[in-house]
Formats: sequence, C-alpha cells, structure tokens
Amino acid sequence: MQNVIPLYHFLIVAAALFSIGLAVVVTKRNIIGMLIGLELMLNAVNLNLVGFSRHDSVLLRGQLFALFVIVVAAAEVTVALAIVLRVYHHYGSIDPDDMNQLKQ
Amino acid sequence: MELAAFYFFSALAIGSGIFILLTRNLMYAAFALFLALLGVAALFVLSGADFLAVTQLMVYVGGILVLLIFGIMLTRTPEKTNAAEVPNRVLISAKRQIWGVLVSGSLFLVLLITIFNATFTLNSQETLSSRSTIRTLGVELMTSHLLPFEIAGIILLVALVGATYLALNRNPS
Repeated sequence: MQNVIPLYHFLIVAAALFSIGLAVVVTKRNIIGMLIGLELMLNAVNLNLVGFSRHDSVLLRGQLFALFVIVVAAAEVTVALAIVLRVYHHYGSIDPDDMNQLKQ
Repeated sequence: MELAAFYFFSALAIGSGIFILLTRNLMYAAFALFLALLGVAALFVLSGADFLAVTQLMVYVGGILVLLIFGIMLTRTPEKTNAAEVPNRVLISAKRQIWGVLVSGSLFLVLLITIFNATFTLNSQETLSSRSTIRTLGVELMTSHLLPFEIAGIILLVALVGATYLALNRNPS
C-alpha cells in the first residue's frame, strides 16, 4: 500500500503543536493551564515518534516508545494534580506568582 | 483523500491548540484539549498506529482529561475584580505573553529550519500493510522490552500511591 502522506508533514505539524504547547506553558498564569500546555508538548513528541515509526514497520520501536511516553504522562499528571491540590490548600490560589515561600 | 483527511485533522489539532493559547477560561481550554487530542489520535490512525490511537483516546480522554477537569473544578478561584489594588497586573501579564510568543515563535522557526535542512536516511520501502500493529507491539513488549514494561508498571503504581498520599487531607480540623 502506497502511503501518500510525506514524513515532513508530520514533522511540521508536531513542531507547530510543540511550539503552541510551549507558548501555553509560558503564558498561562495558572498551574493547570501550564499542565495542559505540557500535555500538548508530549503529544507533539508522540506524533514525531509515530511518524518515524512508519519507516520501521517490522519492529515498530517508535510506537513502543510513544506508548511509554503516554504511561509516564499519565503518572506525571496524577502526581502534579495532587501537588496542585496541596498548594491550593496552602496558598488559596494556584497562580505560580503567589507561591513565594517554602515553609509551612 | 488521505491527504485531505490529514490536513483536516492537523488543522483541528493546531486550531484547538491556538484556542487553548488564546482563551482565558480554563474549562474551555480543557475541552479544546479534548479536540486537540482527538486530532492527534486521528493523525496516529493515518500514520498506521491503530493501537496507539485507541490507547491515546482511552488514557488521555478517559483519564488525564477527567483528572484535569476535576482539578480545575476543585481549585476554582474567584476573579480579582478590584484591579486597582493590584498594581502592574496588566503590565506583568502582557510582558509574559510577549515573552511566550517570542520564545515559542523562535523555537518554531528553528524547528522548521532544522526539518527542511535535514536529510533523513529512511528505509525507503514503506511496507505499511493493513494488518494491525497489536501483535507486533505485544510480542515486542513481552520479549525485548520486558524490563521497561515492568518499570513502567512500577512507576504507575508508585505514582498512584504517592498521589493518593499527597492529596490526603492532613488537616486535623
């Protein structure tokens, strides 16, 4: 089966998604907004891995790596949200500018 | 036909990303993230990764997005209405947005230049057959990638236990 989508298209879409995710992480004044940006960046990386994995159709190592990236992203989001809940109980807001002390 | 579907779904993903960037409502951002994840899953399908697309939908939409929405609803803060008491608020946020767009735009340019200058020595015979990738993935996971598989399981267990312990209400009152 001849695949008509060139590899460059995947790379360019992934680059755009990664840049948008970075802009969201820098711009948002909210930890959960920054987490959403992180998810976008992880998805862009996965898109690159899957795009390259098309040329390794015997072993599919790119897709395997993308699978592990998804697992680690799930673990990261659960821990990050637990920390966000603690921070919200302590400071009363989740603006990263308000977090300016480490002691209780 | 395939190319048209690719353009449609990539436009969906990138458009949802730009909407996340522009909106101020976090709930809208979470639902736009759902659309973006859907677009990326469709791109996975177009790239021949069917199992990964289903995994993406189940893990992200079923798990991560629901967690994010719970987090948004549990940490909803009232809007600061009296802007006069917070000096330089507008100035700070505008500066942050300028830096964000500047950094990400320059990164995008660098990535584009890198992509167009790179010459990948790819395996030219693309034998993307129509059979499913589940068999290959399962065999690889259980033979040559067994140790990372087990470590990923332990990471998930430790992360879940740690998240439950962190989110415990330790307030005595």
